[in-house]
Amino acid sequence: MSNRIEEKLYQNRYMVDAGRPHIKVREHAVPSEALKSLVTTCPAGCYSENEQGKVEIVADGCMECGTCRVVCAETGEIEWNYPRGGYGVLFKFG
Amino acid sequence: MAAIQERFDAIVVGAGPSGNAAAYTMAKGGLKVLQIERGEYPGSKNVQGAILYADALERIIPDFREDAPLERHVIEQRIWVIDDSSHTGMHYRSEDFNEEKPNRYTIIRAQFDRWFSSKVREAGAIVLCETTVTELVKDTKGNVIGVRTDRQGGPLLADVVVLAEGVNGLVGQRAALRDELKPENVALAVKEMHFLPQEVIESRFNLKGDGGVVIEAMGTVTKGMTGTGFLYTNRESISIGIGCIVDDIRKSGMTPYNLLDSFKQHPSIAPLIAGSEVKEYVAHLIPEGGFRAMPETQGNGWLVVGDAAHLVNAVHREGSNLAMTSGRVAGETIVWLKRRREPCTAANLAEYRKRLEDSFVLKDMRKYRKIPALLHNNRHLLNLYPRIMSTAAQTWLRVDGKAKKAKETEIIQRLRTQRGLTGMLADGWRLARAWR
Repeated sequence: MSNRIEEKLYQNRYMVDAGRPHIKVREHAVPSEALKSLVTTCPAGCYSENEQGKVEIVADGCMECGTCRVVCAETGEIEWNYPRGGYGVLFKFG
Repeated sequence: MAAIQERFDAIVVGAGPSGNAAAYTMAKGGLKVLQIERGEYPGSKNVQGAILYADALERIIPDFREDAPLERHVIEQRIWVIDDSSHTGMHYRSEDFNEEKPNRYTIIRAQFDRWFSSKVREAGAIVLCETTVTELVKDTKGNVIGVRTDRQGGPLLADVVVLAEGVNGLVGQRAALRDELKPENVALAVKEMHFLPQEVIESRFNLKGDGGVVIEAMGTVTKGMTGTGFLYTNRESISIGIGCIVDDIRKSGMTPYNLLDSFKQHPSIAPLIAGSEVKEYVAHLIPEGGFRAMPETQGNGWLVVGDAAHLVNAVHREGSNLAMTSGRVAGETIVWLKRRREPCTAANLAEYRKRLEDSFVLKDMRKYRKIPALLHNNRHLLNLYPRIMSTAAQTWLRVDGKAKKAKETEIIQRLRTQRGLTGMLADGWRLARAWR
Protein backbone atom coordinates (compact mmCIF):
# COMPACT_ATOMS: atom_id res chain seq x y z
CA MET A 1 0.00 0.00 0.00
CA SER A 2 1.45 3.32 -1.02
CA ASN A 3 1.76 6.10 1.51
CA ARG A 4 -0.52 8.23 -0.56
CA ILE A 5 -3.52 5.95 -0.22
CA GLU A 6 -2.86 5.41 3.48
CA GLU A 7 -3.03 9.16 3.95
CA LYS A 8 -6.35 9.32 2.13
CA LEU A 9 -7.89 6.48 4.12
CA TYR A 10 -6.69 8.00 7.37
CA GLN A 11 -9.47 10.60 7.02
CA ASN A 12 -12.18 7.93 6.94
CA ARG A 13 -14.09 6.33 9.81
CA TYR A 14 -14.23 2.56 10.13
CA MET A 15 -15.70 0.08 12.55
CA VAL A 16 -13.50 -2.94 11.90
CA ASP A 17 -15.07 -6.33 12.70
CA ALA A 18 -11.87 -7.73 14.19
CA GLY A 19 -11.12 -11.29 13.14
CA ARG A 20 -14.04 -11.40 10.70
CA PRO A 21 -12.83 -9.94 7.38
CA HIS A 22 -15.73 -9.56 4.95
CA ILE A 23 -13.54 -10.25 1.90
CA LYS A 24 -11.21 -13.20 1.48
CA VAL A 25 -8.90 -14.24 -1.33
CA ARG A 26 -9.26 -17.97 -1.91
CA GLU A 27 -6.14 -20.10 -1.65
CA HIS A 28 -4.38 -20.09 -5.02
CA ALA A 29 -1.11 -21.27 -6.56
CA VAL A 30 -0.92 -18.64 -9.28
CA PRO A 31 -3.21 -15.60 -9.33
CA SER A 32 -5.18 -14.83 -12.51
CA GLU A 33 -4.59 -11.58 -14.37
CA ALA A 34 -7.90 -10.35 -12.97
CA LEU A 35 -6.83 -11.02 -9.38
CA LYS A 36 -3.42 -9.47 -9.93
CA SER A 37 -5.00 -6.33 -11.39
CA LEU A 38 -6.65 -5.63 -8.03
CA VAL A 39 -3.30 -4.51 -6.63
CA THR A 40 -3.77 -1.35 -8.68
CA THR A 41 -7.53 -1.29 -9.30
CA CYS A 42 -8.75 -1.42 -5.68
CA PRO A 43 -9.46 2.22 -4.74
CA ALA A 44 -8.44 1.54 -1.14
CA GLY A 45 -5.22 -0.28 -2.03
CA CYS A 46 -6.33 -3.29 0.01
CA TYR A 47 -4.61 -5.83 -2.25
CA SER A 48 -0.92 -6.60 -2.48
CA GLU A 49 1.29 -9.25 -4.05
CA ASN A 50 3.46 -11.19 -1.59
CA GLU A 51 6.93 -12.63 -2.09
CA GLN A 52 5.55 -15.91 -3.44
CA GLY A 53 3.63 -13.99 -6.11
CA LYS A 54 0.29 -14.62 -4.44
CA VAL A 55 -2.30 -11.89 -3.93
CA GLU A 56 -3.30 -10.99 -0.39
CA ILE A 57 -5.92 -8.70 1.06
CA VAL A 58 -6.14 -6.62 4.21
CA ALA A 59 -9.72 -5.38 4.07
CA ASP A 60 -9.59 -2.88 6.96
CA GLY A 61 -9.56 0.14 4.62
CA CYS A 62 -12.25 -1.26 2.31
CA MET A 63 -14.95 1.19 1.19
CA GLU A 64 -17.27 -1.67 0.15
CA CYS A 65 -17.52 -0.49 -3.47
CA GLY A 66 -17.52 -4.00 -4.93
CA THR A 67 -14.98 -3.38 -7.70
CA CYS A 68 -12.88 -6.42 -6.76
CA ARG A 69 -15.98 -8.58 -6.60
CA VAL A 70 -16.99 -7.56 -10.13
CA VAL A 71 -13.46 -7.92 -11.54
CA CYS A 72 -13.03 -11.42 -10.10
CA ALA A 73 -16.60 -12.66 -10.52
CA GLU A 74 -15.60 -14.89 -13.41
CA THR A 75 -12.50 -16.38 -11.81
CA GLY A 76 -14.16 -16.99 -8.44
CA GLU A 77 -10.93 -16.20 -6.57
CA ILE A 78 -12.61 -13.87 -4.09
CA GLU A 79 -15.20 -14.48 -1.42
CA TRP A 80 -17.11 -11.23 -0.94
CA ASN A 81 -19.74 -10.38 1.64
CA TYR A 82 -20.88 -7.16 3.22
CA PRO A 83 -19.68 -6.66 6.79
CA ARG A 84 -22.14 -7.45 9.56
CA GLY A 85 -24.69 -4.71 10.14
CA GLY A 86 -23.08 -1.62 11.69
CA TYR A 87 -19.49 -2.66 10.82
CA GLY A 88 -17.21 -1.54 8.02
CA VAL A 89 -16.79 1.93 6.59
CA LEU A 90 -18.90 4.73 8.12
CA PHE A 91 -19.12 7.64 5.70
CA LYS A 92 -19.23 11.09 7.30
CA PHE A 93 -20.22 12.80 4.06
CA GLY A 94 -20.52 10.08 1.40
CA MET B 1 -37.72 -7.28 18.74
CA ALA B 2 -41.14 -8.95 19.17
CA ALA B 3 -42.74 -6.21 17.13
CA ILE B 4 -40.91 -7.20 13.99
CA GLN B 5 -41.76 -10.92 14.03
CA GLU B 6 -45.13 -10.13 12.46
CA ARG B 7 -45.85 -10.13 8.74
CA PHE B 8 -45.39 -6.92 6.77
CA ASP B 9 -47.10 -5.62 3.69
CA ALA B 10 -43.69 -4.77 2.30
CA ILE B 11 -40.00 -5.06 3.18
CA VAL B 12 -37.59 -2.57 1.62
CA VAL B 13 -33.92 -3.59 1.44
CA GLY B 14 -31.75 -0.48 1.65
CA ALA B 15 -32.22 3.16 2.67
CA GLY B 16 -30.80 5.17 -0.21
CA PRO B 17 -32.88 7.45 -2.47
CA SER B 18 -34.82 4.61 -4.14
CA GLY B 19 -35.49 2.67 -0.94
CA ASN B 20 -36.52 5.78 0.97
CA ALA B 21 -38.83 6.86 -1.86
CA ALA B 22 -40.47 3.42 -1.92
CA ALA B 23 -40.77 3.10 1.88
CA TYR B 24 -42.13 6.65 2.25
CA THR B 25 -44.71 6.20 -0.52
CA MET B 26 -45.96 2.89 0.88
CA ALA B 27 -46.07 4.10 4.51
CA LYS B 28 -48.00 7.21 3.42
CA GLY B 29 -50.34 4.89 1.53
CA GLY B 30 -51.17 3.14 4.80
CA LEU B 31 -49.08 0.00 4.34
CA LYS B 32 -47.15 -1.75 7.08
CA VAL B 33 -43.55 -1.27 5.95
CA LEU B 34 -40.24 -2.57 7.28
CA GLN B 35 -37.08 -1.03 5.87
CA ILE B 36 -33.71 -2.68 6.54
CA GLU B 37 -30.40 -0.81 6.31
CA ARG B 38 -26.94 -2.19 7.01
CA GLY B 39 -25.37 1.15 7.97
CA GLU B 40 -25.15 2.64 11.43
CA TYR B 41 -27.73 5.16 10.20
CA PRO B 42 -29.32 5.65 6.76
CA GLY B 43 -26.67 7.40 4.67
CA SER B 44 -23.60 6.06 6.42
CA LYS B 45 -22.93 3.58 3.57
CA ASN B 46 -24.11 5.76 0.73
CA VAL B 47 -22.03 7.66 -1.79
CA GLN B 48 -22.89 10.11 -4.55
CA GLY B 49 -21.37 13.25 -6.19
CA ALA B 50 -23.93 14.61 -5.31
CA ILE B 51 -26.66 16.47 -7.18
CA LEU B 52 -30.28 16.37 -6.01
CA TYR B 53 -32.93 16.83 -8.69
CA ALA B 54 -35.76 18.71 -7.02
CA ASP B 55 -38.52 17.54 -9.33
CA ALA B 56 -38.13 13.86 -8.42
CA LEU B 57 -38.19 14.61 -4.68
CA GLU B 58 -40.97 17.19 -4.95
CA ARG B 59 -43.28 14.51 -6.29
CA ILE B 60 -42.68 12.60 -3.04
CA ILE B 61 -42.20 15.34 -0.44
CA PRO B 62 -43.51 18.61 -1.97
CA ASP B 63 -42.25 20.88 0.85
CA PHE B 64 -38.80 19.24 1.22
CA ARG B 65 -37.06 22.62 0.98
CA GLU B 66 -38.34 23.55 4.45
CA ASP B 67 -36.00 21.24 6.32
CA ALA B 68 -33.91 19.08 3.96
CA PRO B 69 -30.13 19.57 4.33
CA LEU B 70 -29.34 21.23 0.98
CA GLU B 71 -25.95 22.73 0.14
CA ARG B 72 -26.23 25.09 -2.87
CA HIS B 73 -28.70 25.37 -5.73
CA VAL B 74 -26.97 25.09 -9.08
CA ILE B 75 -26.84 28.36 -11.02
CA GLU B 76 -24.00 27.47 -13.36
CA GLN B 77 -23.03 24.39 -15.30
CA ARG B 78 -19.58 24.09 -16.84
CA ILE B 79 -18.86 21.32 -19.30
CA TRP B 80 -15.14 21.08 -19.91
CA VAL B 81 -13.20 19.22 -22.53
CA ILE B 82 -9.78 18.85 -21.02
CA ASP B 83 -6.37 18.09 -22.44
CA ASP B 84 -3.12 18.07 -20.49
CA SER B 85 -2.75 21.81 -20.13
CA SER B 86 -6.09 23.33 -21.14
CA HIS B 87 -9.82 23.15 -20.94
CA THR B 88 -12.31 24.10 -23.63
CA GLY B 89 -15.49 25.02 -21.85
CA MET B 90 -19.16 25.45 -22.40
CA HIS B 91 -20.59 27.38 -19.48
CA TYR B 92 -24.19 28.13 -18.83
CA ARG B 93 -25.11 30.44 -16.00
CA SER B 94 -28.44 32.12 -15.50
CA GLU B 95 -30.07 34.38 -12.96
CA ASP B 96 -33.24 32.38 -13.73
CA PHE B 97 -31.78 29.52 -11.67
CA ASN B 98 -32.09 31.76 -8.60
CA GLU B 99 -35.79 30.96 -8.60
CA GLU B 100 -38.05 30.49 -5.60
CA LYS B 101 -37.98 26.73 -6.04
CA PRO B 102 -34.62 25.87 -7.60
CA ASN B 103 -34.34 22.83 -9.84
CA ARG B 104 -31.02 21.26 -8.79
CA TYR B 105 -29.05 21.30 -5.56
CA THR B 106 -25.71 20.01 -4.40
CA ILE B 107 -26.13 17.78 -1.35
CA ILE B 108 -24.04 15.68 1.04
CA ARG B 109 -25.52 12.23 0.97
CA ALA B 110 -24.77 11.07 4.51
CA GLN B 111 -26.75 14.06 5.77
CA PHE B 112 -29.45 14.07 3.12
CA ASP B 113 -30.27 10.36 3.39
CA ARG B 114 -30.52 10.65 7.15
CA TRP B 115 -33.07 13.45 6.72
CA PHE B 116 -35.03 11.48 4.10
CA SER B 117 -35.10 8.51 6.44
CA SER B 118 -36.51 10.66 9.26
CA LYS B 119 -39.43 11.43 6.91
CA VAL B 120 -39.86 7.71 6.24
CA ARG B 121 -40.13 7.08 9.98
CA GLU B 122 -42.57 9.98 10.41
CA ALA B 123 -44.70 8.42 7.69
CA GLY B 124 -44.96 5.30 9.84
CA ALA B 125 -42.44 2.81 8.45
CA ILE B 126 -40.19 0.80 10.78
CA VAL B 127 -36.53 1.43 9.89
CA LEU B 128 -34.13 -1.21 11.15
CA CYS B 129 -30.47 -0.12 10.93
CA GLU B 130 -27.18 -1.97 11.50
CA THR B 131 -28.79 -5.01 9.90
CA THR B 132 -27.51 -6.70 6.75
CA VAL B 133 -29.99 -8.68 4.68
CA THR B 134 -28.25 -11.95 3.85
CA GLU B 135 -30.77 -13.61 1.56
CA LEU B 136 -34.29 -13.71 0.19
CA VAL B 137 -36.73 -16.29 1.52
CA LYS B 138 -38.75 -18.13 -1.11
CA ASP B 139 -41.69 -20.53 -0.77
CA THR B 140 -41.74 -23.96 -2.40
CA LYS B 141 -42.98 -22.44 -5.67
CA GLY B 142 -40.08 -19.99 -5.79
CA ASN B 143 -42.12 -16.91 -4.85
CA VAL B 144 -40.25 -14.40 -2.71
CA ILE B 145 -41.93 -14.18 0.71
CA GLY B 146 -39.38 -12.38 2.88
CA VAL B 147 -35.74 -11.93 3.89
CA ARG B 148 -33.16 -13.31 6.30
CA THR B 149 -30.76 -10.98 8.07
CA ASP B 150 -27.57 -11.27 10.10
CA ARG B 151 -29.58 -10.63 13.26
CA GLN B 152 -30.76 -13.45 15.46
CA GLY B 153 -34.28 -14.73 14.90
CA GLY B 154 -36.28 -16.23 12.08
CA PRO B 155 -37.00 -14.85 8.65
CA LEU B 156 -38.89 -11.59 8.23
CA LEU B 157 -41.93 -12.08 6.04
CA ALA B 158 -43.81 -9.75 3.72
CA ASP B 159 -46.17 -9.80 0.73
CA VAL B 160 -43.54 -8.08 -1.37
CA VAL B 161 -39.82 -7.27 -1.11
CA VAL B 162 -38.53 -4.08 -2.72
CA LEU B 163 -34.84 -4.47 -3.57
CA ALA B 164 -33.24 -1.04 -3.17
CA GLU B 165 -29.86 -2.45 -2.31
CA GLY B 166 -27.75 -0.37 -4.66
CA VAL B 167 -25.40 -1.13 -7.52
CA ASN B 168 -23.41 -3.71 -5.57
CA GLY B 169 -26.53 -5.42 -4.20
CA LEU B 170 -25.86 -9.04 -3.42
CA VAL B 171 -29.30 -10.13 -2.26
CA GLY B 172 -31.10 -10.10 -5.60
CA GLN B 173 -28.08 -11.39 -7.44
CA ARG B 174 -27.54 -14.36 -5.14
CA ALA B 175 -31.21 -15.23 -5.52
CA ALA B 176 -30.56 -15.31 -9.31
CA LEU B 177 -33.00 -12.43 -9.91
CA ARG B 178 -30.32 -10.66 -11.93
CA ASP B 179 -26.92 -11.38 -13.47
CA GLU B 180 -23.53 -10.47 -12.08
CA LEU B 181 -22.34 -6.98 -13.09
CA LYS B 182 -19.84 -6.93 -15.92
CA PRO B 183 -16.63 -4.87 -15.55
CA GLU B 184 -17.46 -3.03 -18.81
CA ASN B 185 -20.89 -1.99 -17.51
CA VAL B 186 -19.88 -0.31 -14.24
CA ALA B 187 -17.78 2.73 -13.54
CA LEU B 188 -15.66 3.11 -10.44
CA ALA B 189 -15.79 6.64 -9.07
CA VAL B 190 -13.54 8.02 -6.35
CA LYS B 191 -14.14 11.33 -4.64
CA GLU B 192 -12.71 13.60 -1.98
CA MET B 193 -14.38 16.20 0.21
CA HIS B 194 -12.31 19.39 0.27
CA PHE B 195 -13.23 21.94 2.91
CA LEU B 196 -12.74 25.67 2.39
CA PRO B 197 -14.28 28.71 4.05
CA GLN B 198 -17.62 29.66 2.52
CA GLU B 199 -16.37 33.07 1.34
CA VAL B 200 -13.37 31.49 -0.41
CA ILE B 201 -15.66 29.19 -2.38
CA GLU B 202 -17.93 32.09 -3.23
CA SER B 203 -15.10 34.29 -4.50
CA ARG B 204 -13.40 31.52 -6.47
CA PHE B 205 -16.61 30.60 -8.27
CA ASN B 206 -18.12 34.07 -8.42
CA LEU B 207 -21.05 33.10 -6.22
CA LYS B 208 -23.26 34.82 -3.74
CA GLY B 209 -25.73 33.40 -1.26
CA ASP B 210 -26.67 29.78 -1.85
CA GLY B 211 -25.83 29.63 -5.55
CA GLY B 212 -23.45 26.92 -6.70
CA VAL B 213 -21.41 25.69 -9.66
CA VAL B 214 -21.10 22.26 -11.22
CA ILE B 215 -18.15 21.27 -13.43
CA GLU B 216 -18.19 18.10 -15.53
CA ALA B 217 -14.88 17.39 -17.25
CA MET B 218 -14.02 14.88 -19.93
CA GLY B 219 -10.93 14.33 -21.99
CA THR B 220 -7.36 13.32 -21.37
CA VAL B 221 -7.88 13.49 -17.63
CA THR B 222 -9.23 9.93 -17.86
CA LYS B 223 -6.05 8.84 -19.70
CA GLY B 224 -7.88 7.32 -22.63
CA MET B 225 -10.45 5.55 -20.49
CA THR B 226 -14.20 6.08 -20.73
CA GLY B 227 -15.13 8.34 -17.85
CA THR B 228 -15.53 11.85 -16.49
CA GLY B 229 -14.23 14.07 -13.74
CA PHE B 230 -16.48 16.34 -11.70
CA LEU B 231 -16.35 19.19 -9.22
CA TYR B 232 -19.38 20.37 -7.25
CA THR B 233 -19.52 23.32 -4.89
CA ASN B 234 -21.15 22.68 -1.53
CA ARG B 235 -21.65 25.39 1.08
CA GLU B 236 -18.28 24.98 2.82
CA SER B 237 -16.74 22.21 0.81
CA ILE B 238 -16.00 21.04 -2.71
CA SER B 239 -16.75 17.52 -3.87
CA ILE B 240 -14.17 16.49 -6.44
CA GLY B 241 -14.00 13.13 -8.11
CA ILE B 242 -13.39 11.05 -11.19
CA GLY B 243 -14.99 7.91 -12.50
CA CYS B 244 -13.98 5.46 -15.24
CA ILE B 245 -15.30 2.14 -16.50
CA VAL B 246 -13.92 -0.64 -14.28
CA ASP B 247 -12.75 -2.73 -17.23
CA ASP B 248 -10.73 0.27 -18.50
CA ILE B 249 -9.15 0.95 -15.10
CA ARG B 250 -8.24 -2.69 -14.68
CA LYS B 251 -6.53 -2.83 -18.05
CA SER B 252 -4.77 0.53 -17.59
CA GLY B 253 -2.81 -0.57 -14.53
CA MET B 254 -3.43 2.87 -13.02
CA THR B 255 -4.69 3.33 -9.51
CA PRO B 256 -7.96 5.23 -9.00
CA TYR B 257 -6.35 7.50 -6.39
CA ASN B 258 -3.50 8.47 -8.72
CA LEU B 259 -6.09 9.24 -11.38
CA LEU B 260 -7.92 11.49 -8.91
CA ASP B 261 -4.69 13.17 -7.83
CA SER B 262 -3.75 13.90 -11.42
CA PHE B 263 -7.22 15.43 -12.01
CA LYS B 264 -6.72 17.58 -8.90
CA GLN B 265 -3.36 18.74 -10.24
CA HIS B 266 -4.74 19.78 -13.63
CA PRO B 267 -3.93 23.50 -14.10
CA SER B 268 -7.62 24.32 -14.59
CA ILE B 269 -8.65 22.52 -11.38
CA ALA B 270 -5.77 22.99 -8.92
CA PRO B 271 -6.41 26.71 -8.16
CA LEU B 272 -10.07 25.97 -7.39
CA ILE B 273 -9.22 23.62 -4.52
CA ALA B 274 -5.94 25.19 -3.37
CA GLY B 275 -5.48 25.40 0.39
CA SER B 276 -8.40 23.09 1.18
CA GLU B 277 -8.55 20.52 3.94
CA VAL B 278 -9.50 17.00 2.79
CA LYS B 279 -11.84 15.27 5.22
CA GLU B 280 -12.93 12.14 3.40
CA TYR B 281 -12.03 9.86 0.50
CA VAL B 282 -14.75 7.59 -0.87
CA ALA B 283 -15.27 5.09 -3.68
CA HIS B 284 -18.41 3.74 -5.28
CA LEU B 285 -19.58 1.90 -8.37
CA ILE B 286 -21.97 3.48 -10.88
CA PRO B 287 -24.09 1.28 -13.16
CA GLU B 288 -23.33 2.66 -16.63
CA GLY B 289 -24.29 -0.18 -18.95
CA GLY B 290 -27.53 1.59 -19.81
CA PHE B 291 -30.82 0.07 -20.89
CA ARG B 292 -29.23 -3.05 -22.37
CA ALA B 293 -27.60 -3.93 -19.04
CA MET B 294 -30.87 -3.66 -17.10
CA PRO B 295 -32.09 -6.75 -15.27
CA GLU B 296 -35.68 -7.99 -14.96
CA THR B 297 -37.48 -5.36 -12.91
CA GLN B 298 -40.04 -7.55 -11.13
CA GLY B 299 -41.11 -11.10 -10.36
CA ASN B 300 -43.28 -13.06 -7.94
CA GLY B 301 -43.12 -11.17 -4.66
CA TRP B 302 -40.30 -8.76 -5.57
CA LEU B 303 -39.28 -5.77 -7.58
CA VAL B 304 -36.04 -3.88 -7.97
CA VAL B 305 -35.47 -0.10 -8.01
CA GLY B 306 -32.69 2.47 -8.39
CA ASP B 307 -29.04 1.54 -8.96
CA ALA B 308 -29.82 -2.13 -8.28
CA ALA B 309 -32.03 -1.98 -11.39
CA HIS B 310 -29.18 -0.29 -13.30
CA LEU B 311 -31.24 2.90 -13.64
CA VAL B 312 -28.60 5.51 -14.44
CA ASN B 313 -28.57 7.91 -17.37
CA ALA B 314 -24.80 8.20 -17.78
CA VAL B 315 -24.99 10.74 -20.60
CA HIS B 316 -26.81 13.29 -18.44
CA ARG B 317 -25.10 12.24 -15.19
CA GLU B 318 -28.53 11.46 -13.71
CA GLY B 319 -29.15 8.65 -11.26
CA SER B 320 -30.65 9.79 -7.98
CA ASN B 321 -33.75 11.12 -9.78
CA LEU B 322 -34.24 7.81 -11.58
CA ALA B 323 -33.75 6.11 -8.21
CA MET B 324 -36.32 8.25 -6.41
CA THR B 325 -38.80 8.01 -9.27
CA SER B 326 -38.50 4.23 -9.61
CA GLY B 327 -38.86 3.91 -5.82
CA ARG B 328 -41.94 6.10 -5.80
CA VAL B 329 -43.51 4.28 -8.77
CA ALA B 330 -42.78 0.91 -7.14
CA GLY B 331 -44.40 2.12 -3.92
CA GLU B 332 -47.43 3.51 -5.73
CA THR B 333 -47.89 0.28 -7.67
CA ILE B 334 -47.81 -1.79 -4.49
CA VAL B 335 -50.27 0.53 -2.71
CA TRP B 336 -52.53 0.35 -5.78
CA LEU B 337 -52.45 -3.47 -5.79
CA LYS B 338 -53.12 -3.59 -2.03
CA ARG B 339 -56.17 -1.36 -2.38
CA ARG B 340 -57.52 -3.66 -5.10
CA ARG B 341 -56.72 -6.63 -2.82
CA GLU B 342 -54.57 -8.11 -5.59
CA PRO B 343 -51.52 -10.29 -4.75
CA CYS B 344 -47.99 -9.16 -5.63
CA THR B 345 -47.45 -11.67 -8.42
CA ALA B 346 -45.10 -11.08 -11.33
CA ALA B 347 -48.10 -10.46 -13.59
CA ASN B 348 -49.59 -7.86 -11.25
CA LEU B 349 -46.26 -6.19 -10.48
CA ALA B 350 -45.73 -5.78 -14.25
CA GLU B 351 -47.80 -2.64 -13.69
CA TYR B 352 -44.61 -1.18 -12.13
CA ARG B 353 -42.72 -1.78 -15.35
CA LYS B 354 -45.56 -0.31 -17.39
CA ARG B 355 -45.58 2.87 -15.30
CA LEU B 356 -41.79 3.16 -15.57
CA GLU B 357 -42.08 2.81 -19.36
CA ASP B 358 -44.59 5.67 -19.38
CA SER B 359 -42.27 7.90 -17.32
CA PHE B 360 -39.04 9.68 -18.24
CA VAL B 361 -37.12 6.87 -16.51
CA LEU B 362 -37.36 4.20 -19.19
CA LYS B 363 -37.93 6.67 -22.02
CA ASP B 364 -34.49 8.17 -21.29
CA MET B 365 -32.88 4.76 -20.66
CA ARG B 366 -34.16 3.61 -24.06
CA LYS B 367 -33.10 6.80 -25.83
CA TYR B 368 -29.45 6.35 -24.87
CA ARG B 369 -29.31 2.54 -25.08
CA LYS B 370 -26.61 2.60 -27.79
CA ILE B 371 -24.28 5.10 -26.10
CA PRO B 372 -22.34 2.73 -23.77
CA ALA B 373 -21.30 0.49 -26.67
CA LEU B 374 -20.45 3.53 -28.79
CA LEU B 375 -18.06 4.89 -26.16
CA HIS B 376 -16.65 1.43 -25.53
CA ASN B 377 -15.73 1.03 -29.21
CA ASN B 378 -14.67 4.63 -29.88
CA ARG B 379 -12.18 5.65 -27.19
CA HIS B 380 -10.75 8.40 -29.38
CA LEU B 381 -13.95 10.40 -28.87
CA LEU B 382 -12.76 11.18 -25.34
CA ASN B 383 -9.06 11.37 -26.05
CA LEU B 384 -8.32 12.65 -29.54
CA TYR B 385 -11.00 15.31 -29.86
CA PRO B 386 -10.01 17.20 -26.69
CA ARG B 387 -6.49 17.58 -28.07
CA ILE B 388 -7.80 18.63 -31.48
CA MET B 389 -10.08 21.22 -29.88
CA SER B 390 -7.30 22.60 -27.74
CA THR B 391 -4.78 23.03 -30.54
CA ALA B 392 -7.43 24.50 -32.84
CA ALA B 393 -8.46 27.04 -30.20
CA GLN B 394 -4.85 27.95 -29.52
CA THR B 395 -4.01 28.39 -33.20
CA TRP B 396 -7.06 30.61 -33.57
CA LEU B 397 -6.44 32.75 -30.49
CA ARG B 398 -2.69 33.32 -30.64
CA VAL B 399 -1.81 36.57 -32.38
CA ASP B 400 1.53 35.84 -33.98
CA GLY B 401 1.73 37.61 -37.31
CA LYS B 402 0.31 34.65 -39.25
CA ALA B 403 -2.50 35.45 -41.68
CA LYS B 404 -5.94 34.20 -40.62
CA LYS B 405 -6.32 32.28 -43.86
CA ALA B 406 -3.10 30.38 -43.10
CA LYS B 407 -4.39 29.62 -39.59
CA GLU B 408 -7.63 28.18 -40.98
CA THR B 409 -5.69 25.99 -43.39
CA GLU B 410 -3.44 24.85 -40.54
CA ILE B 411 -6.42 23.87 -38.36
CA ILE B 412 -8.11 21.93 -41.15
CA GLN B 413 -4.83 20.30 -42.14
CA ARG B 414 -4.32 19.14 -38.58
CA LEU B 415 -7.85 17.69 -38.43
CA ARG B 416 -7.10 15.81 -41.64
CA THR B 417 -3.93 14.21 -40.33
CA GLN B 418 -5.16 13.50 -36.80
CA ARG B 419 -8.50 11.97 -37.66
CA GLY B 420 -9.26 12.43 -41.35
CA LEU B 421 -12.41 13.98 -42.71
CA THR B 422 -14.12 10.64 -43.34
CA GLY B 423 -13.22 9.56 -39.81
CA MET B 424 -14.80 12.70 -38.40
CA LEU B 425 -17.89 12.29 -40.53
CA ALA B 426 -18.18 8.67 -39.37
CA ASP B 427 -17.78 9.74 -35.70
CA GLY B 428 -20.50 12.36 -36.14
CA TRP B 429 -22.76 9.88 -37.89
CA ARG B 430 -22.30 7.20 -35.22
CA LEU B 431 -22.86 9.68 -32.41
CA ALA B 432 -25.98 11.09 -34.03
CA ARG B 433 -27.40 7.62 -34.58
CA ALA B 434 -26.72 6.53 -31.02
CA TRP B 435 -28.11 9.78 -29.64
CA ARG B 436 -31.38 9.67 -31.58
